[in-house]
Amino acid sequence: MKRTNLTAGLPLVLLLALVFFVAREVLGSLEIINYYWQLILDQSLIITTAAIGLSIIYGFAGQFSLGHAAFFGLGAYTAGLISKLWGHGNYGVFLLSLVAGAALAGAVAFLIGLPILRLRSDYLGIATMGFGIIVKVLMDNSNKWITATGGATGMTGVPQIAKFPVIFSVFLLAVLLARNLRLSSFGRAWTAVREDEVAADAMGVDPTRVKTLAFVLGCALAGVAGALYAHRYPIVHPSSFDFLKSFDFLIIVVLGGLGSMSGTIVTGVGWVFLLEVLRAVLGQSFLDFRGVIYALTLVLVVILRPKGLLSGMEWQALIPRRVPEGNPPAKGETPNVSA
Amino acid sequence: MSVLEVRNLTKNFGGLHAVSDFNLTMEEGELVGLIGPNGAGKTTVFNLITQMIPPTSGSVIFQGGDLARLKPFQVCRSGIARTFQNIRLFKDVTVLDNVRTSFGTRPGYGLLGAALHLKGYSRAEAELTAKSRDILEVLGLLDKQYELAGSLPYGQQRRLEIARALGTGPKLLLLDEPAAGMNPSEVGGLVQLVLSIKARFGLTVLLIEHQMGLVMNLCERIVVMDFGEVIAGGTPVEIQGNPKVLEAYLGRAVA
Repeated sequence: MKRTNLTAGLPLVLLLALVFFVAREVLGSLEIINYYWQLILDQSLIITTAAIGLSIIYGFAGQFSLGHAAFFGLGAYTAGLISKLWGHGNYGVFLLSLVAGAALAGAVAFLIGLPILRLRSDYLGIATMGFGIIVKVLMDNSNKWITATGGATGMTGVPQIAKFPVIFSVFLLAVLLARNLRLSSFGRAWTAVREDEVAADAMGVDPTRVKTLAFVLGCALAGVAGALYAHRYPIVHPSSFDFLKSFDFLIIVVLGGLGSMSGTIVTGVGWVFLLEVLRAVLGQSFLDFRGVIYALTLVLVVILRPKGLLSGMEWQALIPRRVPEGNPPAKGETPNVSA
Repeated sequence: MSVLEVRNLTKNFGGLHAVSDFNLTMEEGELVGLIGPNGAGKTTVFNLITQMIPPTSGSVIFQGGDLARLKPFQVCRSGIARTFQNIRLFKDVTVLDNVRTSFGTRPGYGLLGAALHLKGYSRAEAELTAKSRDILEVLGLLDKQYELAGSLPYGQQRRLEIARALGTGPKLLLLDEPAAGMNPSEVGGLVQLVLSIKARFGLTVLLIEHQMGLVMNLCERIVVMDFGEVIAGGTPVEIQGNPKVLEAYLGRAVA
């Protein structure tokens, strides 16, 4: 049988990623992208990587989580500590700490998800909100057990070795991972549970397993993003991972359009840049008007595109709706349905 | 061996006896109708067979195995598929992916294969996509494959429910009012459709229906329920002449 080419758009995606990467390198070496804007670009990619995680949890699988920043923070503290205590700028240890950050966030998500995701409805939102608050308190007091974390004053001294290439690579890997899973039976099971859990169950989808997988994967992505964050910004501070920060991720995913990964990427990058542009234009008054701007943006989008900017839409090269034809079975042949 | 054996199935909701002492044996290839007035407990029987609600007492034996303690998805994987009276499609998902969802719950590749789109993934996806399209073709929905399920007209949504159920590869198909809301010409088409998929996929079919014409034309055997109890059973002709049934359900309109 001829192999059906299910990844037709992928070369275009990778080509564009390469063009973007090279363009950044050129502009960066010409100092057109200066230190400040590079910081913002890196932040936007880190935030978007974590947001893709929430997009899997909430957008794809429909599980409402209010603790995404806590998992982001878990990754940041885990990786930061490893690098600070044992790495001292060693790149291998840094890469290892990225894995550790993702793994710890994923493992904690598994422990939280295990009892809660058996239930239908929105218990996950309540549980993750509580978890987020607990994590913040633990971070504030963490110096009582591990001095190096700095407790409420924040952790400094993590080697700042996460540069654009590695941040962009992790971002790209996250996009491709989410895309590939979205286009598999796992992705279809996620959307089925989101659309109608009872019907999905009746059609042979194991809802608990599917939801747990989405939650663990999504939180692991938040963890790896947090790990990058710790190696890019000199201070890892508990207030960067509090309850309100979880809302930032939620806003990105909802504004982008629930279930649309393209939407999450566009809004994730756009959101970080919008805030920075406003900060540059408005200067000091930005801080005063920040809340107003957040609210206005939300109100505008909700009025103009109530289901999000790109709801129901995907960049077709990334996530195609159409599935290429394979060789159809010979005429008259009964498909073996029970296979 | 019987395909399905339901013994003394009982479900009480508090003081309400939704289903009392329900017994049913189905042989391979049978097409049985389950009828009765609204609230007679027909859909509850479906929910009990598929273990979507736990029975108060009684047992469901499918192909020799007791279904008690199985979860709904396990019941489905063991070979029982159902449709829903109040259509429960994955609305924001394409018609094709509705069927591919039920087809691919055990696709033959793992998480790693899916994450990296390995060779096994491509092969399995191509195969299950082709099979899903075959089912859509049988149900006359192939030209709608990229439309969202929620945007289809009512009658087509009912057919997609059947297509999705077929995707799970069932031995026993439970149809819950497949003709509800259909016009007479669509109902005529449905009779042909049920007969053809039954033959083609080697199904045993249990069908809940309100449209008497459909049931009488289609079913070899009919079970009549009222107030949670089986009040009669037999061939369509026997049922039509049964005074208890006439009294409970059919009334003078059919007599």
